[in-house]
Amino acid sequence: MIEARGLSKRFQDKKRGKVRAVENVSFTCQPGKIYGLLGANGAGKTTTLRMLATILEPTEGTAVICGHDVVEEPEKVRANVGFLSTATALYPRLTAEELVEYFGRLNGLDEPTLKKRVDDIFNRLDMNGFRDRRCDKLSTGMKQKTSIARTLVHDPPVMIFDEPTTGLDVMTARTIITFISDCRDRGKAIIFSTHIMSEVDRLCDRIGIIHDGKLLADSTAPELRAKYAEHNLEEIIVKVVGPLLKNSEA
Amino acid sequence: MNLRNVGIVYRKELTEWLRDRRTLISTVLVPLLAFPILMVGMTSLMTVMIGKAEKETAKVMIIGGEDSPQVVEKLREVKDLEIAPYTDDWKKRISEKEIRAAVDIPKGFDSALAQGQELTVKIYFYQGEIKSSFGANHVEKFFDDYRDSIISSRLSARNLPSDIIKPFEVKQENVAPPEKVSGAALGGLLGYMVILLSMTGAIYPAIDLTAGEKERGTMETILSSPLSRVDLVLGKFLLVLSASLSTAILAIISMGTSFYLVGNSGAMNQKDAAAFQLHIGFPAILSVFLMALPLAVLFASVLLTIALFAKSYKEAQSYLTPLTFIVVIPAVASLLPGFDLNPKLALVPILSTSLVCKEIVAGTFHWNYILLILLSSSVYAAAGLFIAVKMFQRESVLFRS
Repeated sequence: MIEARGLSKRFQDKKRGKVRAVENVSFTCQPGKIYGLLGANGAGKTTTLRMLATILEPTEGTAVICGHDVVEEPEKVRANVGFLSTATALYPRLTAEELVEYFGRLNGLDEPTLKKRVDDIFNRLDMNGFRDRRCDKLSTGMKQKTSIARTLVHDPPVMIFDEPTTGLDVMTARTIITFISDCRDRGKAIIFSTHIMSEVDRLCDRIGIIHDGKLLADSTAPELRAKYAEHNLEEIIVKVVGPLLKNSEA
Repeated sequence: MNLRNVGIVYRKELTEWLRDRRTLISTVLVPLLAFPILMVGMTSLMTVMIGKAEKETAKVMIIGGEDSPQVVEKLREVKDLEIAPYTDDWKKRISEKEIRAAVDIPKGFDSALAQGQELTVKIYFYQGEIKSSFGANHVEKFFDDYRDSIISSRLSARNLPSDIIKPFEVKQENVAPPEKVSGAALGGLLGYMVILLSMTGAIYPAIDLTAGEKERGTMETILSSPLSRVDLVLGKFLLVLSASLSTAILAIISMGTSFYLVGNSGAMNQKDAAAFQLHIGFPAILSVFLMALPLAVLFASVLLTIALFAKSYKEAQSYLTPLTFIVVIPAVASLLPGFDLNPKLALVPILSTSLVCKEIVAGTFHWNYILLILLSSSVYAAAGLFIAVKMFQRESVLFRS
């Protein structure tokens, strides 16, 4: 289970001074559910997800993942999380298999378990054709599959995906979406950020809309549709964020 | 700290490092080939140049001498000299290498010589120009021989033995053992090379493993694994240290082979070749590496820390290149004659190691200094490593944008 409790993050910027990237964000995601975090670029989605993955430390607040506090036990949290974002690239000079094995070993898997797990994932994601190919020779789709294999190798109960289908062709994006759906069916708690509303409709059990570091909405899709009397999710985001945009422009 | 994880990181970094063509060039090829090419190439070139200059018949001009046909005639008979007709612009012609030297024979040389008066013959040449120096040497040798023959004839005219003007001989004899001689000449160089190469060998991997990772976007990938930052730094640090030491070891092997080849090639005369005969034993080389080890640790950790601060490969290169000068200056200073170890200098990193290496290679082991230097450089190395670990824990450094 994922529980964000008043997560806040401030950065020191040379030009802008102290910047509040995320402010008092709280939400919960249960096992077997997908939580969609939506918002414009720079809204604070990636910073929130990085704090949950313990790559960044919250300035205030905390989050508890599978019973471990992100501030107190970051290494235990990471052992329970599979994190994939647009900024998590692959080591160019390792093969797809070596890369997945490397992360399996770092997650403490013994060699027989690791081999079994790697074979299983490579079969499931149809990756055997490029198993021994170096990552710098892989196509975008192959790279994304390898990244997913990397996040899955230790079979974590929590998955965090930051725009996982960005820049992918239709077929690969479809494979990834089906895969995320499978993860939910296997009982994993998943946080998912995207700009593609069809993916939100298909996958998310609950939606959080974030803007200027603040979580403005935290509801299910039907609840949001009822509240804003609007079916289109894009329009709903505009309605949620719109008043704040007008205020800041004024 | 988890040693298993440090080992996993190290093995992975080593695999990637060995698959990088740039690594092969900077760590293996350059140190292996630089010395043989430099040494063999330079000495062959010098041998050819000097041989050519020695064989040349030097064109020399005589200033004056019209009233001294005897000496002029004898000068013309010297087979290594060609006498050029006199012109007023002789200085310019020496500068422009049209003639090699000019000899000023004082007025009334022959008659003054016959009367036993004191005379000064001046030889003009272009200092720094090897062919001009050889020309001047030929002229000087002629006058030395001419003077000796006149002295002999004057002595025999008075029925005096020739050793009357040379009551005793003076001769210098070397008592220093061969390793001391080569130690003085090349010992400083060995320590200097180990220090410099353990620094240069670490630069590329330090950048690749930090700023390179940031640029390639793999830093966030590894930070999302359960690996602790301490284990991550130590794994990376060990790889940079390995690169640093292997560069230095390969360079020393290459340097030793080059000296051996040059010294035994027969291209030089025995005296010059002796200068290239390394009389440095394996224990001395091992001691030099032992002394340089804490320094290599310091270099690896400092380079990692600075390169981590950079956002890109290019930025890291611009930070680290000036650092080479900081290492070169004290290392070169230790080569200066008269620069000897003292308790204060023993605390100065790089300089102290370079100085003590010079002494070790020369066969002198000042144990008190060796211990002090090992201790002080180990403290600096530990501080460097501590700072590197701290830097890896700072978000503002890891995600600097």
